[in-house]
Amino acid sequence: MSSPAQSWSAWPNLGDAPRAGSDVRLSVEQVSYAYSANPSQAPLFTLEANSFQSRPGEIVAILGPNASGKSTLLKLIAGALAPLSGRVLLDGFVTHTLAPRARAQRIAMVQQETPLLFPARAWEFVLQGRHPYGRSLRFENEDDVLIARNALAQVGADHLSDRWMNEISGGERQRVVLARALCQQPLLLLLDEPTLHLDIGAQVDLLATLRRLAAENRYTVVVVTHELNLAAEYADQVVLLQKGKSLRVGSPASVYQRDLLEEVFHARLTVEQGSNGRPRVNLLPTS
Amino acid sequence: MRPITLQRLLLQCGILALVLFAVVVVALKLGAVPVSLYGLGRDLLSVLLRQTSQLSSDYGMIVIEIRLPRILLAIVVGASLSVAGTSFQALLRNPLADPYVLGVSMGAALGAILALIAEPHLALPAWLAALFTPLGAFLGAAATIAAVYLLGRREGQIDSATLLLAGIISSSFLSAIIMFLLTTLTGRDFRGMAFWLMGDLSSSLQSSLRWVLVIGFLVATGAIYTTAADLNLLLAGEKEAMHLGVDVRRVRLVVYIAASILTGLAVSVSGAIGYVGLLVPHVMRLLFGSDHRILLPTAAFGGAIAVVIADTLARTVVAPSELPVGAMTALVGAPLFIYLLRRRMA
Repeated sequence: MSSPAQSWSAWPNLGDAPRAGSDVRLSVEQVSYAYSANPSQAPLFTLEANSFQSRPGEIVAILGPNASGKSTLLKLIAGALAPLSGRVLLDGFVTHTLAPRARAQRIAMVQQETPLLFPARAWEFVLQGRHPYGRSLRFENEDDVLIARNALAQVGADHLSDRWMNEISGGERQRVVLARALCQQPLLLLLDEPTLHLDIGAQVDLLATLRRLAAENRYTVVVVTHELNLAAEYADQVVLLQKGKSLRVGSPASVYQRDLLEEVFHARLTVEQGSNGRPRVNLLPTS
Repeated sequence: MRPITLQRLLLQCGILALVLFAVVVVALKLGAVPVSLYGLGRDLLSVLLRQTSQLSSDYGMIVIEIRLPRILLAIVVGASLSVAGTSFQALLRNPLADPYVLGVSMGAALGAILALIAEPHLALPAWLAALFTPLGAFLGAAATIAAVYLLGRREGQIDSATLLLAGIISSSFLSAIIMFLLTTLTGRDFRGMAFWLMGDLSSSLQSSLRWVLVIGFLVATGAIYTTAADLNLLLAGEKEAMHLGVDVRRVRLVVYIAASILTGLAVSVSGAIGYVGLLVPHVMRLLFGSDHRILLPTAAFGGAIAVVIADTLARTVVAPSELPVGAMTALVGAPLFIYLLRRRMA
């Protein structure tokens, strides 16, 4: 693993955001939320108080079945939603009170994509990640281009630079989207089901890339996923949600218990310890 | 990687400005009364040197007093409609959006007509009277786009087909109201009004209205241009734009108001000229790419060029009679709209 100083030297113009050492970077403090169609009615969905903390270089996986509140929790962390109670602190700033530009300089979100209306080349797409650093009438300068090139190289997508976004494969597109997020030079990298629609090879590839980036660039990574085994393999911490309740927070080994997972996911399975000390889930056929 | 630079923008705008100049010269020359290029150059020079009393011929007067103001009007109207169309396309995430197709032009026309009807009954100060019709048109445009936006939503999302349908229905409903108002209005020039509704640049403007038009165009276009980089991201979706640091609400409000102003101004002086705001941005995207920092200024030039050409054709093809310019743009625009729609559905 390269030292932070070494990897940062490739990144000009680091911006004003402080980069802490081994302190807590992300602190989710008793955050809750309620969706309702109408303020006078009972909420349709409630996310109960959630807490966890994460350091630079760590990957946190949010796991749970559909409608368990994973994406809602991610939006709360991103500051896109204001919590009903509690708060999310990123290096001491409450995320949902940051101005849009300041927030985008600290938090990058990789979402399930929306289709592009007009064709764009991969490099144009990646340069969009520099938007939070530009004034409204500014054109991208050489620094921006250098940062975009580095970002593409870091995700192994330099060769895609001149390709059209609608003509590359799903896995390639996910890399370009990730490169755009890196261009934001964030402290916190959030991903909402990034492995959806990817084949198994591309899934492993993406998680391995995230692991490397978290280590090299000292990002804190929070990823929402359905992939139990990928999360077990690559996450430092797991948050297990069910119907808006946070059931467990901890290392994959401490959260992955057979009874618990069987109850949450309504499936018969076994959990075994892998040779690297990480748990492995095997689904059993229902007879 | 070839990011956009200021030099590239200036170069492209320079080329388009030259094309516009050439088109204007040809438009000055063509018409019911033939004018030689030499005489034209001499007359223009004398106007520039402020010696308008020494025009070389009677033809000079036709060119300077009649054709030139009309061409300048076509330039501002074309640029306004084209910038408005570009903005609506980004704002509504719909490449087929255009003030005319969305019914916004008819809304502006209704607003303008209501203002014309109401004005004699209100003892307005002179400055407000000059502003009153464009103001009515602006309010009509703003109300229509809000209504079409709300009608075009399904389950909280803008649905492309529903939006276009809502626009077309609103347009026909509003034109029915306009027809009702026009037929019940006595003492008005109905034929002139019907001509104006189709899009017409032949009416001469009061000088105060000219200034309202030019200043309104510059301010509204400038306001939209400050959001150019944001619009690029907004096209990728509101959520994505927000996560990339765009203040989505502010951008939407600025573009919504400014595009309504542009439509209102254009319609209040020239009626509903269709398809300019739809086709010109498409052509400019093909030529220069879809980045709004380049698209907005090039679309302004392109719209000016398109409407000057369309108006020149409108007043020459059946000379000495005239077609409404809106008929010219619709003749070209409607088939192209169908083509784009079918390609999109495929």
